[in-house]
Amino acid sequence: MRLLDSLRFRIATLFRRSQMNAEMEDELRSHIQHRADDLERSGLSRAEAERRARIEFGGQARFKDECHEAAGGTLVESLLRDVRLAIRMLRKSPGFTAVAVVTLALGIGANAVVFGVLNALILRPLNVPQAQSLYGIERGSDKAVNQSYPDYLDLRDRNRSFDDLAAYNIASVGLDTGNNPSGAWTLEVTGNYFDALGIQPYLGRFFHGADEHGPNSAPYIVLTYAFWHSHFQDDRGVVGRIVQLNKHPFTILGVAPSEFRGTLLFVFPDFWVPIVNQEQVEGTNVLNARGNRGILMVLGHLKAGVTPAKAVADLNSIGSYLEKTYPKDDGQMTFSLARPGLSGDWLGGPLRAFLTGLMLLAGLILLAACANLGSLFAARAADRSREVAVRLALGSSPLRILRQLFTEAVLISLIGGAVGLWGSVVLLRELSVWQPLPTAPVQVLVTPDANVYGVALLLSLASGFLFGAVPVRQVLHTDPYQVIKSGSTGKLGRRITLRDLLLVGQIAICAVLVTSSLVAVRGLVRSLHSSFGFEPQNAMVVETDPSMAGYSGDRAPAMQKRMIDAVQTIPGVKSVGLVDRLPLYYGANSSNVFTDKTTDLRPANAAAEAVMYNISPEYFDAARTSLLAGRTLSWHDDKHSPRVAVVNREFASKIFGSATNAVGRYYKAEDGSRIQVVGIVEDGKYASLAEDPRPAMFFPILQSPSSGTSLVVRSNGDPQQLAAAIKSTLRDLDAGLPFTIRAWNQELESALFPSRMATLSLGVLGVMGAMLSITGIFGMAAYSVSKRLRELGIRVALGAQRREVLQAALGRAFKLLAFGSAAGLLLGMLASRVLASIVYQATPRDPLVLAGVVLAMLLLGLVATWIPAQRALSIDPAILLREE
Amino acid sequence: VTDQAQLLPGTLDLLILRAVSLGPLHGYGVLLRIGQISGNALLIEQGALYPGLFRLVRQGLLKARWGTSDNNRRAKFYELTAAGRKRLREETENWNRLATAIGAALAVQPEEV
Repeated sequence: MRLLDSLRFRIATLFRRSQMNAEMEDELRSHIQHRADDLERSGLSRAEAERRARIEFGGQARFKDECHEAAGGTLVESLLRDVRLAIRMLRKSPGFTAVAVVTLALGIGANAVVFGVLNALILRPLNVPQAQSLYGIERGSDKAVNQSYPDYLDLRDRNRSFDDLAAYNIASVGLDTGNNPSGAWTLEVTGNYFDALGIQPYLGRFFHGADEHGPNSAPYIVLTYAFWHSHFQDDRGVVGRIVQLNKHPFTILGVAPSEFRGTLLFVFPDFWVPIVNQEQVEGTNVLNARGNRGILMVLGHLKAGVTPAKAVADLNSIGSYLEKTYPKDDGQMTFSLARPGLSGDWLGGPLRAFLTGLMLLAGLILLAACANLGSLFAARAADRSREVAVRLALGSSPLRILRQLFTEAVLISLIGGAVGLWGSVVLLRELSVWQPLPTAPVQVLVTPDANVYGVALLLSLASGFLFGAVPVRQVLHTDPYQVIKSGSTGKLGRRITLRDLLLVGQIAICAVLVTSSLVAVRGLVRSLHSSFGFEPQNAMVVETDPSMAGYSGDRAPAMQKRMIDAVQTIPGVKSVGLVDRLPLYYGANSSNVFTDKTTDLRPANAAAEAVMYNISPEYFDAARTSLLAGRTLSWHDDKHSPRVAVVNREFASKIFGSATNAVGRYYKAEDGSRIQVVGIVEDGKYASLAEDPRPAMFFPILQSPSSGTSLVVRSNGDPQQLAAAIKSTLRDLDAGLPFTIRAWNQELESALFPSRMATLSLGVLGVMGAMLSITGIFGMAAYSVSKRLRELGIRVALGAQRREVLQAALGRAFKLLAFGSAAGLLLGMLASRVLASIVYQATPRDPLVLAGVVLAMLLLGLVATWIPAQRALSIDPAILLREE
Repeated sequence: VTDQAQLLPGTLDLLILRAVSLGPLHGYGVLLRIGQISGNALLIEQGALYPGLFRLVRQGLLKARWGTSDNNRRAKFYELTAAGRKRLREETENWNRLATAIGAALAVQPEEV
């Protein structure tokens, strides 16, 4: 109905307009005829009289325009007229238009992309009902989100602030739906998970809290819509089907709706299973271990009327109860709340800081683009000062001229914005289907929504008005008589103009970007060449888990030993070692350690928190981790012999004071058992490339068994042949065991991913900033040379040397460049502090970075001023002076 | 033509109101009437008259209707509304006050100061 009304109104307006036009034309024609009648009476022929009358009348189009306006033409009408004129003006200077549109497209596109990511990861909440009251619980001062299951139960049952608390964990499992065992990712969740989040099934039913009756009591699976679609071809008969999960029968209960893809914004599991079945899913069960914080996150909806502060107070009172009741397991139990989508502040914090920083930089880029366009517009307005002066002299109001200029600016910015938005939508779509890490279900779903479009539109309009406003003062101060008399704006002031300030600002922004991208690149290069404590070159990694094929208890280490022995026999293989979890692979396990003298083993008394690995004796050899003292582990270090460990140098010096005398001495593990150090190895990187040296300890798998299995296979042979050989060898051992084979280098992608992304995005922004600066400086230099051609010509005629001409022509441009670069370098060094948390050893106090920035800016200046300089040098005073 | 005076800004509307107050006129007639009553001393661009007419119609000071002119041609005739008449009275008083003041100021001799 409303649509019809608006349609009718539009048609009426159009009709009224055409009627008004016809009437106006009639009236003007009538005027000319009356005048012609008079002229005819004075003796002219009719034709001549009409011609004369038309000439006397003046520009009909202009008067018609003004009549429209005087008659109160609608806003839309006058806007359309302005737009039409603007299009005509822009068509007349296609070069200017193209430069302006491309500049803005880059600026707005960059902003739309960054905002798209920011919007998807930070601003948009999880896709659950009432997401604004959903919080995850963080623990302690370092804001860890992981909790132990017994602690979770206490939090769930004792709190009075949450409607319900659910918890989840990520695990990889072997799934066999027929005869195709393959690896899959699952979220192990508490029974109340779906109910606590308020999700309804798309198909079948979900499991509930009431389904949990102790360990392995709920062998159920709920599929994600995507997995159901890709692996079960949307088969609605899938409900009730029994599949093999790690060789255990699980019943498919139902399918979740397509918009609910789990409780993390970047990791998307294939299905959900109840966490009470952890033993079947992960091979081990830590549901009763209060000290083992193996639960990834606890989350829930706040009750209506409960503020986050009240909830935190409530949780903290439970925390102090836990500290008192379980001093051995529960150290600092203070809590805080965080948005759950990015696993709290652990990842959310740095990501938020980085994206905010990136957004700021993108904003600066756009500002630089606006500054650039502002100078272009000002130059254009100066060149058009004659036209403006004539129009003013003819009685056009300054307001009307300004409106015209703004229409042109906004038109350009809208076109640029549209192009930029189109580019960014393409880029964001690509980003959304991209799987950055080959081994994990990580995706960045950043499909642009209304917010992104809105922001792009807003930015376009804002930048249009921003750079459109630059020439305003110039137009308002135009004195028509002066301009027309002297032929040009004349004075090229010696004082600092707004345009100069804009240019300096822009160069500074560019220098900030160049500095920070260089810092990031240097950091990345350094982290690629730093010592990892192992050698990823010429090594393949086989990842599997015997529990996926049903090996549990003592059968698991036996199977691991058989795998090592089998792969060892492949020709060309030098050594094979096993580790339960590769270093630099999605974090590391760690636990508290105590000196041998400590008797009260509460967390506060811990000597250190050490990273721990369970390895086979050959691991150090296969990984090329060098042994500094003592011996490596052996197959004789089993359950029947005393517990031993190899530790790294950092561990040795932290617990025993020095690396040399640590061999043979004892320390205590969390459970109180005494462990003898038998060897020292070099330090390495364990959880992230950016970390400081951390203590690490390596246990023999026979003494601390783990089903996690990564075989490091070192060989100089062809990787593809080797992979094929490993594949057939493992198939021969057990055809039902899923595994993946990759080069170790490839596995490191995950560790390098954050700094790579940071460097890439900074690099792209840096290049854009540089491009904008080049066009900015070029525009300024070219303009000043062309304005001063005459003066330069006179200088040349009076015998000025090339150097002096250049100095006169471009000295100002270079002064601005130097000033802007210095300011930018300083700011960039400050900004690099933020980078240090993402990129390994990102420090601006690096002579190479400093030299690089200076060189880059100098090069930039040379490129930008090359053509204007050539023009200044090729001045021929004779021709020039004759022309004037 | 050269000895015709430039119009002061804002005076065109006043002249149009005055011209039309002497009887309904079409656009060209307004021009002729202004020429007649000002002794052809004022320069008005022909086309520039129309935005003024449209503006006055919009402000409700003039009303327009189509009719036939003396030349037997179709033309749009303008006449004053009540508001137009009131405005003309006010503007005339304003103008006279201004003209008297400026005239007095310009007539002052050095010894009178």
